[in-house]
Amino acid sequence: MAPKSALRDHIRENRLFLNRTVAAGIVVALLTAVLMVRLFYLQVVEHDTYTTLSHNNRVNIEPIGPTRGLIYDRNGVLLAENRPTFSLEIVPERMEDLEGTLERLAELIPIEASDRARFERGLHQKRRFEGVPLRVRLSEEEVARFAANRHRFPGVEIEARLTRHYPLGALTAHALGFVGRINERELQRIDPSNYAATQHIGKVGVEKHYEALLHGTVGYQQVETNARGRVLRVLERTPPVPGSNLYLSLDSGLQQVATEALGENRGAIVALDVRTGGVLALVSTPAYDTNLFVNGIDPETYKALQESPDQPLFNRSVRGQYPPGSTIKPFIALSGLEYGVTTPEYAVFDPGWYQLKGDSHKYRDWKRWGHGLTDMRKAIVESCDTYFYDLGFKLGIDRMHEFLSGFSLGQETGIDMDEELPGLLPSRTWKRGARGQPWYPGETLITAIGQGFMLTTPLQLANATATLASRGHGMTPRLVHAIQDPDGETDLQPPRPHPPLALRNPANWETVIAAMEAVVHSDRGTARRIGDDAAYTIAGKTGTAQVFGIKQDERYVEEEVALRLRDHALFVGFAPVEDPRIAVAVVVENGGHGGSIAAPLARAVMDYYMENLPQ
Amino acid sequence: MIESQSVRHLGSASSSMHRRTLSERLHLDLPLLGGLILLAGISLVVLYSAGGQDSGLLVRQGLRLGLALGVMFALAQVPPHQYRHWTPWLYGLGLLLLVLVEVAGDVGKGAQRWLDLGLFRFQPSEIMKIALPLMVARLLSNHTLPPDWRSLLQAGVAIALPVGLIARQPDLGTALLVASSGAFVVLLAGLRWRLVGGFALLAAALAPVLWMFMHDYQRQRVLTLLDPERDPLGTGYHIIQSKIAVGSGGLYGKGWLNGTQSHLDFLPERSTDFIFAVYGEEFGMLGALLLLAVFLYVVYRGLWIALQAQDSFGRLVGGSLILTFFVYLFVNMGMVIGLLPVVGVPLPLISYGGTSLVTLMAGFGILMSIHTHRKLLAS
Repeated sequence: MAPKSALRDHIRENRLFLNRTVAAGIVVALLTAVLMVRLFYLQVVEHDTYTTLSHNNRVNIEPIGPTRGLIYDRNGVLLAENRPTFSLEIVPERMEDLEGTLERLAELIPIEASDRARFERGLHQKRRFEGVPLRVRLSEEEVARFAANRHRFPGVEIEARLTRHYPLGALTAHALGFVGRINERELQRIDPSNYAATQHIGKVGVEKHYEALLHGTVGYQQVETNARGRVLRVLERTPPVPGSNLYLSLDSGLQQVATEALGENRGAIVALDVRTGGVLALVSTPAYDTNLFVNGIDPETYKALQESPDQPLFNRSVRGQYPPGSTIKPFIALSGLEYGVTTPEYAVFDPGWYQLKGDSHKYRDWKRWGHGLTDMRKAIVESCDTYFYDLGFKLGIDRMHEFLSGFSLGQETGIDMDEELPGLLPSRTWKRGARGQPWYPGETLITAIGQGFMLTTPLQLANATATLASRGHGMTPRLVHAIQDPDGETDLQPPRPHPPLALRNPANWETVIAAMEAVVHSDRGTARRIGDDAAYTIAGKTGTAQVFGIKQDERYVEEEVALRLRDHALFVGFAPVEDPRIAVAVVVENGGHGGSIAAPLARAVMDYYMENLPQ
Repeated sequence: MIESQSVRHLGSASSSMHRRTLSERLHLDLPLLGGLILLAGISLVVLYSAGGQDSGLLVRQGLRLGLALGVMFALAQVPPHQYRHWTPWLYGLGLLLLVLVEVAGDVGKGAQRWLDLGLFRFQPSEIMKIALPLMVARLLSNHTLPPDWRSLLQAGVAIALPVGLIARQPDLGTALLVASSGAFVVLLAGLRWRLVGGFALLAAALAPVLWMFMHDYQRQRVLTLLDPERDPLGTGYHIIQSKIAVGSGGLYGKGWLNGTQSHLDFLPERSTDFIFAVYGEEFGMLGALLLLAVFLYVVYRGLWIALQAQDSFGRLVGGSLILTFFVYLFVNMGMVIGLLPVVGVPLPLISYGGTSLVTLMAGFGILMSIHTHRKLLAS
């Protein structure tokens, strides 16, 4: 320690300071080296990693939903389209006085409390520059009213989105089906990337079956976004491929006629093009407006539809399983001829009932006093039960099952819808399996008149009738007859023939068909009232299917039976007889007699079709 | 007092022999000024990009730069002995203002740092960045170096008072930087290495204590540095995004105005504390090395000036100011490239903002004063 008075040792101080400064300089150099090493590590060694991270930061892939394919009927009438629906959206970022704007908007366009609540929720969920919907499904008038005042509302926009619309509504409900919001279960099934920008999916009917074609392929755009996710520019765009358009064989005019014919009745009409299998009409009544389902149906309406005793949601044409009743008789007759157990001339005496040997049970004819001596023609024309009890007994269930299978009864017809039910064509095997019981001979008898276990759908009946009309050259029924791909190329769907049903004696077709013609066009035919003034020939068969069994010796009194327990009225037929074009099956639930109730409906459908027959 | 008189006496003999250049008459050190102007130029170029090509922002920063250069020029005219004379007053004023902040300061960003003087808001800690090294240098240069225990104790108290007050605001980053500016004086004054080591050990031992006194957000920053991914959208976001910006710049950079991290708003605070990330992204490693070179040039020029100073006060002040300058740039760059925790330290002379610019230029003004008021000795 230097004494206070002494002169300070400047040289020593200088050297000390120099030492310290050099040390500091070295530390500075070392720390700078550390920075450089770190920079080298980040910018050279890890450069690729950080380039990727930087790229991922700014580049987003956004899916672009394809436009769903349109659906037309055979004449080009639009059945399913995509309509813009308008919603009113507010961009919070561009809003200076939100409350004031909302108040002024409410003077222009009604805004409910529920709209406000949803809007408030949206405000918290979306980003500031994204539109938050305030009102959805604006009417055209509301859109126009807002458009005229648009300048007063900066930051408020009308957004248009394409939504499925079915112009004919309930008329095509059961044939087309509908689209709805994608649900959890469907999410498991679909390719999530292809549906990345899609909100709707086909739920039933054609919309569901052809979902893959109608939907199209999703497009993508690579967009540059900033840190808040706002899209700044599009870097690259792969446009979506729109779905294919479908042309149905359905004739919306015929559909209309069939629907009107059924009127207030519960029932179904299926009309097929005999030559192609194309579905001309597929009606189930009552129906419902499919547009209700597109953007989610409100719970009350849905409950009402679901709980209605008339079951409007139930597609009777392909899911309604009815006993075919007497409409099965021409097919039984044909199988009797085919297996050689009977001849057209063989006659049975009908006293009004039939009895099996060793069985006291009397199998009754619908005509209490019987038809008397009855051959095949008379049996079909007058729908004699006793004749068919006898024929059924001779055929046995096994041969009946085998032959009727050839007409696709008791199995899915293969129509291009996913909802079809198979019905039931009973057999020994089935009964053992399903009921664990042997087959009883009496069951063979009632199967021969289309009662008992046997169940058919209207579609199956129409299909079997068309197969009969074409003398064994049946076609798989189908709704879509042409597909137009996004390039405009139309691809006609060729008919898909069933394996032809070759009879040992083709003349047997004519025998049965002649008898069916007589059902309509002879004095004693059960459907004679529709044949009188027809401009073309019709072959048909009426049917009356019992809803509940009638006990032995009990008389069936229609008036006493509650409405819902009344017989179903059925009719199958085709026209013209010489060159069959259209095959029709009609079921009217609890309608009563087929000849009086169901047959006229078929006639109305056939009339319309024959008048408008494409040349 | 004795030594300064002798210096003046020795210098006066040769002063008439030397014909003074313009820069000497203006008391400017041209090499240092050149480095500073270069940095200011780089600053405006990067700011144009970081600020979203806002010429208004550029004009504002240009005006501040002009103001700061004016302050520098003015301070360069004041001879060092005046600084020595006014040091206690400046230091006292700084302490008083810090106490005022404690009592009546504005709260900004969760910390009480600002004093509203009506016309402008003002951070008294900025005064301390200059006043503390001056004060410590004055205390130590009163006696022969290396300092004795009594001087050390005085210096310690002079450092502890403002640092304690700043840390209470709380502004730990500034407190540490101010403390280091005082500590540099002590180090340069010749504190024995053994004691330096002792203090380092003590600091290490006190680190856990410091941790206990830290605010939550400060602890978060330290933890985030160690593992940014623990909170990628919160405290870790700054570090992650700035590393991405610098790393994706690569060797040559993405080019001026082409930095995606900065222009698409991924990079926070990109005009201020994280401007080096913008620079690194757009100009790459080569650009970063160039910037480092300019900074190093300024630092070494500063150290050279300190070495040339003719008295201990000038040496200690000059050395401390320039080392503190280096610490600022090291801490800022280290933070941007993920070596140090996120502390609110701007990149000196480059970041947008006026306060730190003026303080820094004031420091350089004092440096120039130290250099240009020498009484030259005949060689």
